[in-house]
Amino acid sequence: MIKSKIRKYHAPVWDEPLVMDLSVKGRRGSLAPITEAEISKSVGDASGLLNSALKRVNPPLLPEISEFEAQRHYLHLSQQTLGMMGISLFGTCTMKYNPRVNERIVGQHFVTEMHPYQSPETMQGIFEIIYRFDTMLRELSGLDKFIFQAGGGADAAYIQATITRAYHADRGELAQRNEIITTAQAHPCNPATAAAAGFKIITLPLEADGYPSLEALKAALSNRTAALMVNNPDDIGIYNPNIRQWVDLVHAAGGLCFYDHANFNGVMTRIRAADLGFDACMYMLHKTFGGQKGGGGPAVGAYGCNEKLIKYLPGPRVEKAEDGSFYLESEGKQSVGRVREFLGNVPVVIRAYSWTRAMGIEGLRDAANISVLANNYMEKRLLAIPGVTKGLSELTQRRLEMTRYSLGELTAETGVSCIDIQNRMTDFGVDAYWLSHEPWFIPEPFTPEAGELWSIEDIDYWIDVLETVCNEARSNPELVKTSPHNQVVHRQGGTNLNDPSKWATTYRAYKRKYGVENK
Amino acid sequence: MNNKSPIPNPHPFMANSALISYQEMMKVAEVSDIEELFEQIPQDHRFVGKWKFEDQIASEASLHKHLTEILSKNKSGQDFTNYLGAGCWQHYVPAICDEMVQRTEFSTPVWGTPSSDHGRNQVWFEFCSQLGELVSMDFVGLPLYSYGAAAGHAIRMAARINGRKRVLIAGSVDPERLKVIKTYCGYSELDGYIEIEMVAIDEKTGGIDLADLKAKIKDDVTAFYCESPNYFGILESSAKSIAEITSGVGAEFIIGVDPITLGVVIAPGDFGADIVVGTTQSLGVHMNAGGGVGGFIATRDEERYAREYPTLQVSLTETIVPGEMAFGLTLFEQSSYGSREHGKDWTGNSVYLWTVANATYMSLLGPSGFKDIGEAILQRSHYAAKKIGEIPGVKVKWSGGFFKEFIVDFNATKKSVAQINKALLAKKIFGGKDLSEEFTQYGQSALYCVTEIHTQVDIDALVEALKEVTR
Repeated sequence: MIKSKIRKYHAPVWDEPLVMDLSVKGRRGSLAPITEAEISKSVGDASGLLNSALKRVNPPLLPEISEFEAQRHYLHLSQQTLGMMGISLFGTCTMKYNPRVNERIVGQHFVTEMHPYQSPETMQGIFEIIYRFDTMLRELSGLDKFIFQAGGGADAAYIQATITRAYHADRGELAQRNEIITTAQAHPCNPATAAAAGFKIITLPLEADGYPSLEALKAALSNRTAALMVNNPDDIGIYNPNIRQWVDLVHAAGGLCFYDHANFNGVMTRIRAADLGFDACMYMLHKTFGGQKGGGGPAVGAYGCNEKLIKYLPGPRVEKAEDGSFYLESEGKQSVGRVREFLGNVPVVIRAYSWTRAMGIEGLRDAANISVLANNYMEKRLLAIPGVTKGLSELTQRRLEMTRYSLGELTAETGVSCIDIQNRMTDFGVDAYWLSHEPWFIPEPFTPEAGELWSIEDIDYWIDVLETVCNEARSNPELVKTSPHNQVVHRQGGTNLNDPSKWATTYRAYKRKYGVENK
Repeated sequence: MNNKSPIPNPHPFMANSALISYQEMMKVAEVSDIEELFEQIPQDHRFVGKWKFEDQIASEASLHKHLTEILSKNKSGQDFTNYLGAGCWQHYVPAICDEMVQRTEFSTPVWGTPSSDHGRNQVWFEFCSQLGELVSMDFVGLPLYSYGAAAGHAIRMAARINGRKRVLIAGSVDPERLKVIKTYCGYSELDGYIEIEMVAIDEKTGGIDLADLKAKIKDDVTAFYCESPNYFGILESSAKSIAEITSGVGAEFIIGVDPITLGVVIAPGDFGADIVVGTTQSLGVHMNAGGGVGGFIATRDEERYAREYPTLQVSLTETIVPGEMAFGLTLFEQSSYGSREHGKDWTGNSVYLWTVANATYMSLLGPSGFKDIGEAILQRSHYAAKKIGEIPGVKVKWSGGFFKEFIVDFNATKKSVAQINKALLAKKIFGGKDLSEEFTQYGQSALYCVTEIHTQVDIDALVEALKEVTR
């Protein structure tokens, strides 16, 4: 039953041209500092400083616009991006408030104008925050060291794959131990990074309990096993209660155990990776720990491990000296080297430290409780909507911070798909829900995650919009199938963008393929 | 904190921490004790100890003070004059670039639909399009974690394209990036391993030793990778010859560039490079203690390359309404999101927000701005090199052919770079990157970086300081 008054909404429409098409010859948006006369006198013109074979003859076809025109253009584009301006319950990504105080802090020169190779005595503030946050994550996980070099969760999974290589190479067993085990419900980055690192992938399928059986795991284990990479709970909200036995079995077979803690929000302060026996884990600072998402980074996959793996970590690491000062420890011979340049996305680490201090351990507990409670609150209301069913509904235990639902019944009845519904919801200022990672186990899936941010009124409104759209699917399916109608633009047309004669990732390619003349 | 927290404390980040909201949810969810909701987690999985955690600072005013106190212990490139570069460069960042990356609409979302994300997708397309103009390539992917990650992925692309397992890499590439590349090239015990062989530096110019390249390149080589400017700041003047050599054996020519050079320096697409990689940090992103890095991959618009990209790509197209501009993903199925371990390497969160700064930066500068900034940097860096080279006992190793970085050779001063940099620090100067451990053959040498931010006054002060500390 719809509780809220459905409000009027229309996305801002500026019909904003491409910046390249705003160009007027001779306009300037930025001027370089004037070279001092004495410098010019001393070294001559710049053209004399470049080998003639290296000179650019054809100037790049960049826009020529004034400073204000550039500003207004990108402001328009920001307004034409819905995201968190409305309600976004994008499951698996844990949409949170990104405190503005952090933007004020990381926008100052003591963060922005810092160079990674400065001498340590000039970087004590940065090092202190990195170290103190490392210490906090150690407490939350029970592990022994965290690093922040990985540029996202997938990059942290890649660190695990590289450490798995180094660990087994160190024992002379790498040629034999070339298999990494994961599950069908693990995020694609786990098998993908492991394969990119050279491992063969064994994917355990889901079984009746909502996770793979112990027997399936046992059958997959052998002296070829290099590691297990797994999440828990998964993003259906199901927790594998056998995970301790899993870890013990993998260890007994000689493999390492990596805990992809992307879904940490619901289990914060209850579960610690090390207590379950894991050798390493990963937290998403841009999800669980309040860092901003940026539409896809800069992000940080904080990678933590136990004592036995520290020597393999990529370098350098921030450590604390006996006198209380902080320094960089270079990687040793057994280290994997680098997965990415420098210390990682330092501003994201500062935001995460700040957020975690603002929460405190009691706030983390409250956030976990509220996010799981909000998900269960949502479930009661969502399942009251005709056409919405719960994924793996035979599993009746309470789900954690996410539940995957299906619109399959509604689709069968109306022909309206979960993607149609997703598009139509944006007409109410509600941004896309998450569907499901590949492969889909549940027909017409959707996966909302309320988290601790969204108010009960926001959650209600989201559900009310969904119900409104489900009603429309029955009364006027065409309206939903041709949606959105109140968005910046309509739905993408029928062009096959996998056709090489049609795709255009740059304007120069587009102009060539579609016969547009240069201005 | 005890582990039972029956009701939450009201917190500014959590609307439902208000008791009335919390209790309403409990009622509707039919929960009497919050622990009922965690019934899936066996008791013996749960943490029961006492937490050792730093105290909560829930007040923004207190938190602001706390963070400011810690970070004020830093000395920045604004407090001091900075001559460090080496993969992370201090350029001026226009205020509008900062404004745009701080816009809540851009900084907080994740994914919407193509219609609700239209503004952001347009930024992405404008990022790829403008970068494509600078490098003179028609196909550009969305950004990668870093320059080094882009180089690593590009080498793996080459190996998938031609099936060869050996890569030649110039000895003049950035050592930090080389570490990343080595990681990407894998281990000989496992699948997908790519063997690395280094090509010598021409000690007369600082560029590639072409004779060594010719001697080592054979038809089992998947690609040759070099950088221009290279780690020593030198622009590769034999790029056209390299392109002929690589194509002669069917190898890919992968080149790393810094796009800020490309208003004055020939575009890699115009001298026969096959795959172009590089940094995005120099295009309107602050150094951020190394947290400003980002990378890109660009190629000709040929299926041979396009079908091996590990990134996501956004394409310009139309909506269902003819003539209405839309953006859609192309070749999504080959990504790890689409195909898990069967995809092309992997992708995930990257540095997408920096594309907002990059696109804004490129549109502000335009063709004339890139030419001006390139010329300003060339003149300032060469002025600095000339003046430093006049100091007794101090030499500039390669006094021509560089863009913004150059090697200063302090061997004749009998002082170590560490000593010199320590003395410079007392004069509020961050001296150049110490090369004495990375390139032992150059002894006590340092890599200096001079950009448009350095005035003649700054440079003259550096020269005076160096005179004093090397005396």
